[in-house]
Amino acid sequence: MTYTAPVKLSSLPDSRGRFGRFGGQYVPETLMSALAELETAFLRYKGDPEFQNQLFGYLRDFVGRSTPLYFAERLTAHHGGPQIYLKREDLNHTGAHKINNALGQALLALRMGKQRIIAETGAGQHGVATATVCARFGLECIIYMGVQDIERQKLNVYRMKLLGAEIRPVDAGSGTLKDATSEAIRDWVTNVETTHYILGSAAGPHPYPMLVREFQAVIGRETRQQSLERFGRLPDVLLACVGGGSNAIGLFHDFVDDAQVRMIGVEAAGEGVDSGKHAATLTAGRPGVLHGAMSYLLQNDEGQIQEAHSISAGLDYPGVGPEHSHLKDIGRAEYYSITDAEALKSLKLVCTLEGIIPALETAHAFAYLNTLAPQLDPQKIVVINCSGRGDKDVRTVASALGWGEDLV
Amino acid sequence: MTRIADHFAQLRSRRTVALIPFVTAGDPDLETTAQALLTLDQQGADFLEVGVPYSDPLADGPVIQAAATRSLARGTTLNAVLEMLRQLTPQLKSPVILFTYYNPILAVGPEAFLDRLKACGISGMVIPDLPIEEGETLRTLAQARALEIIWLAAPTSPQARLQNLAAVAGGFIYLVSTTGVTGMRTQVADSVKTSIENLRSLTTLPIAVGFGISTPDQARQVAQWGADGVIVGSAFVKLLQEKPAEERLIALGQFCRSLKDALSV
Repeated sequence: MTYTAPVKLSSLPDSRGRFGRFGGQYVPETLMSALAELETAFLRYKGDPEFQNQLFGYLRDFVGRSTPLYFAERLTAHHGGPQIYLKREDLNHTGAHKINNALGQALLALRMGKQRIIAETGAGQHGVATATVCARFGLECIIYMGVQDIERQKLNVYRMKLLGAEIRPVDAGSGTLKDATSEAIRDWVTNVETTHYILGSAAGPHPYPMLVREFQAVIGRETRQQSLERFGRLPDVLLACVGGGSNAIGLFHDFVDDAQVRMIGVEAAGEGVDSGKHAATLTAGRPGVLHGAMSYLLQNDEGQIQEAHSISAGLDYPGVGPEHSHLKDIGRAEYYSITDAEALKSLKLVCTLEGIIPALETAHAFAYLNTLAPQLDPQKIVVINCSGRGDKDVRTVASALGWGEDLV
Repeated sequence: MTRIADHFAQLRSRRTVALIPFVTAGDPDLETTAQALLTLDQQGADFLEVGVPYSDPLADGPVIQAAATRSLARGTTLNAVLEMLRQLTPQLKSPVILFTYYNPILAVGPEAFLDRLKACGISGMVIPDLPIEEGETLRTLAQARALEIIWLAAPTSPQARLQNLAAVAGGFIYLVSTTGVTGMRTQVADSVKTSIENLRSLTTLPIAVGFGISTPDQARQVAQWGADGVIVGSAFVKLLQEKPAEERLIALGQFCRSLKDALSV
């Protein structure tokens, strides 16, 4: 019998871009050479001290890293269970974790000699982050955004415009993140020779899930170091919201080989998983291929992709990253879902208890504390990825809460 | 020999360049699709490419995207498309090639899907989001059933990829004329000529050129550059969409004939 060494989870994807049965490259032939070029460039600069120093410098001085690991004292008291800490990605420049990846990919694009940048965006956070780094480095920037998302995330649309990006509205399908992603891929197929596609989720064809994860993994690396310094040990539970899954994988990655650390991803249950109007892909989906990768998907019996629903534009996506699909399959991470109503309630709670307005996406992670906290002893440490700030969502929230024009 | 290879061999022996029209199944409805396929078959088509409508057609431009959306909105299902073709193929002289994205194949299950295709008299398939690396299993299963997967070669495919592609390809090679999605364009890039010549040095398989070809002049140009076949999609889909019902089939037949005539000069 031959001995097969156990594969370290953190070493995935394999040479074919697979996380177990998930991932891969299901794209038109036209893109295959660009994906190979991107992978080569990424692997080259991953180990290049000059590139890493440059990235580190911008993360520190432009983005404002490292971000604090903040003790949420009143939230902890409210739940009466474990010690709750927030990894404050909302304090990054542009207000979310998305800039970690946008910055890394922009530096990569510069080295690959690509002057035209395209990106998809749902909540607009990735679009703003991409527009920001493009402005900083003088790159042409085109953002694809669904018409429904343009309406509900208007603030971010104005920000992108101010930053000099061109916003191309996408009205196909439900006019949300899925459709914007499809349109961005079509642009890339057409302009691949001059254009780099800054994909914002830990999804899409290989090498994107790996590349986005590596640029987001700074979240988990800092969390590990901060935990060791503060507690002398690793946290017990990591908690993050999951749409495509970039902030969650960024937090999880550095801990994935530490089996004692529980990892929990929280999806959007929209109006309830049973209502059919949700975005709980890992909870209720089946494996299939969308946007270049094999992953869990919301689809009908004939393999047509179904429209997702969530009050949060960033989670309103019928797919999910291939690595999360794998972590679910092997039981390394747990995934649950939270409804629109539960997320709204938690958003308000965090505002008033902590003086922090979290993004609607992030509020889903906070809402899971209602289930998690009662299960845990007071000495346990929970780290929530506070992935983004909620300024962009105040209109949606006000309208959902029934606030009219009479403000006070 | 598979039906596609055999049919191409016959065309080659007659020194005929193949015309391969494409229509989206179920737009405006499946009955019209069946009539359209019969008309095309009688008016100069050599192969018929039938598009299965898909919710997220990444490789398609606005015309075929919109056709797929309309078709799905009418409730067209893969089952209904295949059933229509099962009844139709015995009446057609042209081999039928199904154009489908990969996820519907996965949803049915690859073996069941291929068995069904075989039972419906379909000769092969084009899967625009399945590169050769991800298609190994399906290729083996298809070969066992004498069904062809038609692989795509792109202007951006490096030589080493084209060699791998030539090594596994069967039936014919679908040369994508341009970096981009399907759709009508004002001219066909001169680089197509070089691409054809390059592919010719790598394979004896027939080479059919598609994406962006919509007029008899463009079809003739590509044939003169040495293509063995020309694929025309969006122009047919657009015509079916725009013409009033009573003129539709006549216009479709005339357009098909004009393309075929251009290839015969």
